[in-house]
Amino acid sequence: MTTAAHPVAGRRLTANHLGIAVLLTAAYGVIPFAGSDYLLDAVLTPFLALALAALGLNLLTGYAGQVSLGSAAFLAVGAYAAYNFNLRVHELPFLVSLVAAGRVAAAVGVGFGLPSLRLRGFYLAVSTLAAQFFVQWALTKFGWFSNDSPSGVIDAPPLAVAGITFSGAVGRYLFSLTVVVISTLLAIRLLRSQVGRNFIALRDNETAAKVIGVPLLRTKLLAFGVSSFIVGIAGVLWAFAYLRTVEPAGFNLDRSFGILFIIIIGGLASIRGAVLGAAFMVVFPLLLSRLGAALLGDIFNSGVLEMSQRIVIGALIIGLLIAEPRGLIALVDRLAEPILRRFSRPLSRSTQS
Amino acid sequence: MRLSRSLRAAALAAAIAVGTVLPGHADEQFFPLQSYRVGPYAAGGTGFFGGFIDYLNLINIRDGGVNGVKLTWEEGETQYEVERGVEVYERLKSHTGVAAWNPLSVGIAYAMIDRITKDKVPLITVNHGRTDSTDGRVFPYVFPLLLNPYSETSGIVNYVASREGGADKLKGKKIVVLYHGSPYGKETIPIYKLLADKYGFSLEQIEVPHPGNEQQSQWLSIRRAKPDYVVLRGWGVMNPVALKTAQKVGFPVDHIIGNVWSNSEEDVIPAGDAAKGYVAITTQASGAEYPVLQEVIKTVYGAGKGNLEDKKRIGSVYHNLGIVNGILNVEAIRIAQQKFGKRTLTGDEVRWGFEHLQLDPARVEALGAKGLFHSINVTWDNHEGDGRVTFQQWEGTKWKVVSDWIAPDWAFLRPIIEKSAAAYAAEHNIKIRTSDDPPVSQ
Amino acid sequence: MFDYQFFIEVLVGGLLSGVMYSLVAIGFVLIYKTSGVLNFAQGAMLLFAALTFVSLVERGVPFWLALSATLVIMVVLGITVERTVLRPLVNQSPMTLFMATLGLSYIIEGAAQLLWGTQVHGLDLGIDDVPFEVGGVLISQFDLFAAAIAGTLVTTFALFFRYTRTGLAFRAVADDQFAALAVGLRLPRVWAAVWTAAGIVALVAGLLWGARLGVQFSLSLVVLKALPVLVLGGFDSVAGAIVGGLLIGAIEKLAEVYVGPLFGGGIVAWAAYVVALGFLLVRPSGLFGQKLVERV
Repeated sequence: MTTAAHPVAGRRLTANHLGIAVLLTAAYGVIPFAGSDYLLDAVLTPFLALALAALGLNLLTGYAGQVSLGSAAFLAVGAYAAYNFNLRVHELPFLVSLVAAGRVAAAVGVGFGLPSLRLRGFYLAVSTLAAQFFVQWALTKFGWFSNDSPSGVIDAPPLAVAGITFSGAVGRYLFSLTVVVISTLLAIRLLRSQVGRNFIALRDNETAAKVIGVPLLRTKLLAFGVSSFIVGIAGVLWAFAYLRTVEPAGFNLDRSFGILFIIIIGGLASIRGAVLGAAFMVVFPLLLSRLGAALLGDIFNSGVLEMSQRIVIGALIIGLLIAEPRGLIALVDRLAEPILRRFSRPLSRSTQS
Repeated sequence: MRLSRSLRAAALAAAIAVGTVLPGHADEQFFPLQSYRVGPYAAGGTGFFGGFIDYLNLINIRDGGVNGVKLTWEEGETQYEVERGVEVYERLKSHTGVAAWNPLSVGIAYAMIDRITKDKVPLITVNHGRTDSTDGRVFPYVFPLLLNPYSETSGIVNYVASREGGADKLKGKKIVVLYHGSPYGKETIPIYKLLADKYGFSLEQIEVPHPGNEQQSQWLSIRRAKPDYVVLRGWGVMNPVALKTAQKVGFPVDHIIGNVWSNSEEDVIPAGDAAKGYVAITTQASGAEYPVLQEVIKTVYGAGKGNLEDKKRIGSVYHNLGIVNGILNVEAIRIAQQKFGKRTLTGDEVRWGFEHLQLDPARVEALGAKGLFHSINVTWDNHEGDGRVTFQQWEGTKWKVVSDWIAPDWAFLRPIIEKSAAAYAAEHNIKIRTSDDPPVSQ
Repeated sequence: MFDYQFFIEVLVGGLLSGVMYSLVAIGFVLIYKTSGVLNFAQGAMLLFAALTFVSLVERGVPFWLALSATLVIMVVLGITVERTVLRPLVNQSPMTLFMATLGLSYIIEGAAQLLWGTQVHGLDLGIDDVPFEVGGVLISQFDLFAAAIAGTLVTTFALFFRYTRTGLAFRAVADDQFAALAVGLRLPRVWAAVWTAAGIVALVAGLLWGARLGVQFSLSLVVLKALPVLVLGGFDSVAGAIVGGLLIGAIEKLAEVYVGPLFGGGIVAWAAYVVALGFLLVRPSGLFGQKLVERV
């Protein structure tokens, strides 16, 4: 964990910055024109939403060291809060409901973060499951949240910002992309501030952090709040830009584990890790299932293929954890280092941002 | 750079996806199947999609397709998860000649309503689905064929009345509804209340939280309440546990009435002897004695093309539901072909076929399905089609039909459905249709 | 007028369900205590055991033979898992280990369904579940039987760990891994023993739960019932798992019957967590959990 002391890359212009610039250009300039509806709607939009959720959880778990198994609950809070703001406050701009939904999620997150003041490790992790089950129960129980729809399922309002409606696969993708980019920039800023350093101090050694004067109570609750805010926004994207309909059952424990998987597989305490992990968890199963169907589809039925994939994915996760417990990002960095070194000498090993 | 690598992977995935979608033959009608053969509900999925595919195979092998138009399909595994269903939708929707979507999943169906309406392809939710989509004036492309949750509720109450000797005998009786703690489970709460007021029986509705593997406290409450009947509005593992727990508290199993998601072999077999005597609603009788099933066995399984791995499951509840679903889809195509020509139809043309899907008992008999299901009468504004229900009792190894074909009280329910549909239309700025053709474009 | 008879009925029912929760929780505790792994694959192992047993019986294998065969398979599975998954991951963070067991549960679930299919099965252990009455209170015969089995299992383990060398080694490892290593204990052997024990617990729990729920995919969900028990009882205490299970079982049922109506019912899903949490705020390491001593 030596790298942890430098959460953010150096200020120099490095290969990293160049990479990010290329990436953003591609994401804004090429993909919307070149990508098919399937790629945008069924692959990239859920990828963006999950990457953002993973970023949020990473702030809490990767940076501040507080494990949460209830991320899906905050996705749900965000989605339902945005829906209700939109429904009940007339003429409220969508962006305002988006931010307000994040704030509601943050408030709920702080509430469920309270046990962190007394609990650590798995005790805390399991206690966050209370959030998972309570939120799902409450959303199902009280019809008000879903506007008394007889089936409890809500439909997404259109994504309209400043008179522009983001409809169609491209529009929804661009909207999600923009939200993710802005949130990521804000998260990076936060991590570079004193708050970010407090998070890391808290994670690395709580007692030592206390000794050097980090306000533990405030920092912990802030970590829960900020993390839940971002996860809540991701929930809005998931519900409104991707599925466009929401039911409480969609935010189950599997989803929470999925997000946790993303950050562990991608690499804890790394924003690039969250992105990479999300790509892995969204794209890889699809790729595997297409490959399986193409190669073996005539021999086995889809059920057998699906179960084999489950085994392959499970094995891959374990293999990855054994090969590189610090996640995909460490693996990629290790592989890319010799190449990058040729281009930019000052790049150090500790470029975790 | 890292991301671009994964993007390339995604592009590759998309390319492979497109690669598997073969260009259509001369004339074919395509069924994209969002099947689920893995996960908690796999048993139902393999039965239903197995039956559906078996029937499509029968039409291809026996008749060479529908008037020469071959039926084709491709499966995408969803594990009953909404986002996987959406992924399959996005992947298969651009295939040529998509006839209709048949997800057999409430969640996936909901997520598709906007999408299929925009793409103008019918969405079939046989036996389940969104109640107000019965109103074809507001939901032109959604078809909850045979039965919606409200009709189911009314059908169950009518059956209880018939067991008691008439609707007037319901007065003073007590019914407990044990429902799954999900939107699905709660959907019928107001309808049971309305019917309790109408017929004068007293009512208690008790929730079982998902997944329902512990019901001791609920059943102790039931034991204390001493109801005449318990309606089981269950789901998955909740059903066998309810039956087992009922036995534990000494409630007579033949006074438990299961709803349409609690009526399969998979719901009773795990409960063992505790399920013997349990009664459940169904729109299609089980068993393999019907001519159409005999033909499936002879023609499809005889040719080694049967979809079920375990032949013992031929004629099971979900398999027969799949067969009936196949009949309804194929007949809708046949009816649409009479108007539009014997060729690959567009989704909108198939929608027209569904809106004229009228199979009277004589036609049902001609299709070899007499006794399997009663009849259907879909119109442009009634997308359910007034399906009748029957009740079957579990004998320990198989179901036995124990009632006539019972008609739900459609006239009583229609105004409630129209009100709900109107609210949906207002919320979504949908212009309500006033005649059968063409549906208002969105 | 408070209905005492009903109260006792609910309480007894709750305690008997609680035993079933304890049974699952013990599987977790055994492994956590010795290797610090929260083994989420416990649910998948339980499913695998029950499915293997029931499939063998349905193929005509006699009861005891099927039971022994499944036992052997579970032991082999446990040891394989220890060898291939946990040993390479030794000294990794608890989170990494937890994730690895999640990956493991994918593999086991997939393999179970691939081998034995996705059908649901009934499981009849040959015990009638006709209730009998004691002073007006209904008691389930099957639940009593299950409680007896669970009790026997726990007693056996307790004796094993107290009076055998492996048991002693187990306690030494649980106490202090480094010290255990230093005195020459072979950790892998202890771990293999523990995973074997966890396999046996999975088999017993799988059969008892399988008889209650039927053998099907959702069997693996019963682990969720065990988690609040772990929080309440402590992750590393066998006694805690038992007492915690009983408490959670009883409180859950009483809460549903007496508190539930205030919220409109269905609170079982989270009531157990709230109780466990409330308790933890007073005692952060559970009923019998080891106290963490912090030194600066």
